[in-house]
Amino acid sequence: MKAAVIVFPGSNCDRDVAVALAAAMARRNPNTAPVMVWHKDADFAAVDLIVLPGGFSYGDYLRCGAMAAKSPVMREVVRRAEKGVPVLGICNGFQILTEAGLLPGALIRNASLKFVCRDVTLRVETGQSLFTSRYEEGQTIRIPIAHHDGNYVAGGEDVARLEDRGQIAFRYCDAGGALTGAANPNGSAANIAGIFNEAKTVLGLMPHPERLADPALGGIDGRPLFDGLVEALS
Amino acid sequence: MSQDGPPPNVVAEHGLSAEEYDRILEIMGRAPNYLELGIFSVMWSEHCSYKSSKVWLKTLPTEAPWVIHGPGENAGVIDIGEGLAAIFKMESHNHPSFIEPYQGAATGVGGILRDVFTMGARPVANLNALRFGDPDHPKTRHLLAGVVAGIGGYGNCIGVPTVGGEVNFDPGYNGNILVNAMTLGIARQDRIFTSQASGIGNPVVYTGSKTGRDGIHGATMASAEFGGDGANGGAEEKRPTVQVGDPFTEKLLVEACLELMATDAIVAIQDMGAAGLTSSSFEMASKGGLGIEMDLDRVPCREDGMTPYEMMLSESQERMLMVLKPGCEDLARSVFEKWDLDFAIIGHLTDSGRMVLKMHGEVVGDLPIDPLAQAAPEYKRPYTPTPEVPVIAPGEVPEPADAGAALLQLLGCPDLCSRRWIWEQYDHMVMADTAGRPGGDAGIVRIHGTNRGLAVTTDCTPRYCQAAPHAGGMQAVAEAWRNLNAVGARPLAVTDNLNFGNPERPEVMGQFVGCVQGIGEACRALDFPVVSGNVSLYNETNGKAIPPTPAIGAVGLIENLDRTASIALTCEDEDLVLLGDTLGHLGASLYLREIAGRREGAPPTVDLKAERRNGDFVRGLIEAGRVSACHDLADGGLAVALAEMALAGGLGACLNPPEEPGLPPLHAWLFGEDQARYLISVPAAGPVLEAAKGAGVPAAKVGTSGGGALTLPGAAPISLDKLRSAHEEWLPAYMGDTQD
Repeated sequence: MKAAVIVFPGSNCDRDVAVALAAAMARRNPNTAPVMVWHKDADFAAVDLIVLPGGFSYGDYLRCGAMAAKSPVMREVVRRAEKGVPVLGICNGFQILTEAGLLPGALIRNASLKFVCRDVTLRVETGQSLFTSRYEEGQTIRIPIAHHDGNYVAGGEDVARLEDRGQIAFRYCDAGGALTGAANPNGSAANIAGIFNEAKTVLGLMPHPERLADPALGGIDGRPLFDGLVEALS
Repeated sequence: MSQDGPPPNVVAEHGLSAEEYDRILEIMGRAPNYLELGIFSVMWSEHCSYKSSKVWLKTLPTEAPWVIHGPGENAGVIDIGEGLAAIFKMESHNHPSFIEPYQGAATGVGGILRDVFTMGARPVANLNALRFGDPDHPKTRHLLAGVVAGIGGYGNCIGVPTVGGEVNFDPGYNGNILVNAMTLGIARQDRIFTSQASGIGNPVVYTGSKTGRDGIHGATMASAEFGGDGANGGAEEKRPTVQVGDPFTEKLLVEACLELMATDAIVAIQDMGAAGLTSSSFEMASKGGLGIEMDLDRVPCREDGMTPYEMMLSESQERMLMVLKPGCEDLARSVFEKWDLDFAIIGHLTDSGRMVLKMHGEVVGDLPIDPLAQAAPEYKRPYTPTPEVPVIAPGEVPEPADAGAALLQLLGCPDLCSRRWIWEQYDHMVMADTAGRPGGDAGIVRIHGTNRGLAVTTDCTPRYCQAAPHAGGMQAVAEAWRNLNAVGARPLAVTDNLNFGNPERPEVMGQFVGCVQGIGEACRALDFPVVSGNVSLYNETNGKAIPPTPAIGAVGLIENLDRTASIALTCEDEDLVLLGDTLGHLGASLYLREIAGRREGAPPTVDLKAERRNGDFVRGLIEAGRVSACHDLADGGLAVALAEMALAGGLGACLNPPEEPGLPPLHAWLFGEDQARYLISVPAAGPVLEAAKGAGVPAAKVGTSGGGALTLPGAAPISLDKLRSAHEEWLPAYMGDTQD
């Protein structure tokens, strides 16, 4: 499997996700690791997976993800995504995916108006995808969030359509798996934490699975996402 | 150049005394022009010159076999093994943060980050020590909201985790809040950069953001007290002296600098912090014993028509000055242009020992470097030692009507309640190496790619320092030392951020001297050298000084991250063992202030031999894997420490005083703030008590873990839910009213 992590000016989780992905790749095939692709390098080599990392691309000026979505490398990412190359966008990466039109909806300021960094509980809504095959549907996992603009909004029919077509990947829930308001850290519609495109080849999520993929950091609930991807794409 | 001297009122407006101006005339051999006067003014400001504090700072211990660079560089550098170095410093941004809390705090974070990556380190952790006024003061909520948002806004964007810190509220900070920011970085020992210029003819290069008209005279502003609001000198009027931060540009600057530092292109590098281009250029030339000729026409500027005075004194953020090896200009330019940063060769090194500034082909300033940089005024200001206050015996402090209610009240008071509302606004996990999150005794970051870690903490108890500066200074160091031991780290070195009022008042200077002497004594006894620091004076408004606040930042090393301890009580049916002597000291305690409503008495005695012995012992237990949880005892004493452990782990406990002679009264046993103590949870007390005896460490079994409630002796059990509400509710409720 070959993977690329796109680095925008202001990306700051590029190394983190590369480490988690490299560990997953190495568990299957030692001496493999993702390549880092600088945002000015629009003609990067063919890969099996493209990752858009978290951070503050272009300072999040104008609107989170808006400028990155217009960068040369993103034109190429969109082109490849449309051909079916899987794309994973985490946090700022999710924002870029919505700005680039690869995923529906938008991520606006948290309902609290404050940046929030803490572990949240997610309910896995489907195990039937490249990204979630190592999870069970309905399973609850603990993953950190760290964002100021993670409040997912979409037109009324869009949310219903996402639900109908099984495009919701993760939702914020309480410890028992219930989708309560108290468990929703940012005001997202339908407690949405992550969504797929229709073909389920593109996943965007606000939580950071790469931050709990190593026991030394206090948990490994994020690891199956990377292991599942490596298994599916190798 | 004009030979007319500036009028006396212009000299005074630059914060220079008549004696200092006479000295300038002597150094220059003529009257300075306006630009030169401005340069003297910032270079000799208290902020840049340390003129009131230097004589005392020299008394601090700064050496140890593991110290690579002590004070005098941008940050302290220590050896952490395997060819790596930890580089760290804490710095204040008090005055700007009071004037404009968001930008003041944000640029404080930006400034301290630059101090660390200037030396070649990748920043890996941020901390902040904050002091606010009375919660009931009308400005406190706005200042707290702005400062926290500013710290988060900068640190989150740049992608360095904020892993710890401390917050106090006291009416003494109503007119002057304190924002002390600390950054810890890691570098390869063979890739450490300093500001010492060398190589006559080598190019002097400017990079980063463009220079604007912001922050002019920030250093002078930070070296004066505030007058009343609205009056001349009022904080509101000084807002234009506050800089505006751009964390995105700083992120680009970090990456570009580290990329260039991986090559051999850089001779010397210095960030433009306080006093901007002036202090950075003088610093580099002075350390190298050289001169610089600069062509100000080449300085990248945000707007046309900027004067030499504005360019030299601007404190625009995110800028760097470098001396390159000859022939490396193109390489350096390509790196900075890759990151979309300005890059300009603005001058070269000379052998003249002078700073020659040119614009439009004319010399606009010509100053000798060493007399400005090194012969800055140095004062041994008169001081009055702080009078001793009486020691209050435990029996002189009333018992609470209900120990459980007293505990709940303490856990919920502004100085002890949970700081979750604050640290959840900081990204404390970015970089994916945070092994110890905020809320414990010390933050822990893994050294990337290894199973070793660095523990880091900031500490100071201002009410102790106010009551007895010497003891308070010692206690700040001792608490930092304990917080590192409590997570299993070997304490290595400290950075100090000394915040005081107007040093021209002998009683304030007395507080300063007392605290510095206390810090020095403790650091010597604990082999805990001071490797960097910052002094912030003139923290006063209308003649009222802040409580003396010498914040201590400290760093320790963890050799094996599998052998650390956290405060979380998680193992059922374990024994709780209290290490250290319990005399029940309640003077200057939180119990005395919050429950008895009295602010008086001497702070607890700091026994440095006991600190060292008990600290070494508990660290040994943790390294041997014998401790399930550990917490140092501080504000609120034993009962508060146990409650915090229970809440962190979600497990109850039962507390029982040992049956031994000489125990203090129960309320003093529960809430006394005796030093050098740790509470640990262990599978069985017996072997630990035995080992403690052998090591000469006082130890006693004081309870057991288990259940869903905390039970104090002779009191009804308090459910963890009730404890949690008491601990968690105050700060969000207090801040919930704000729309900031």
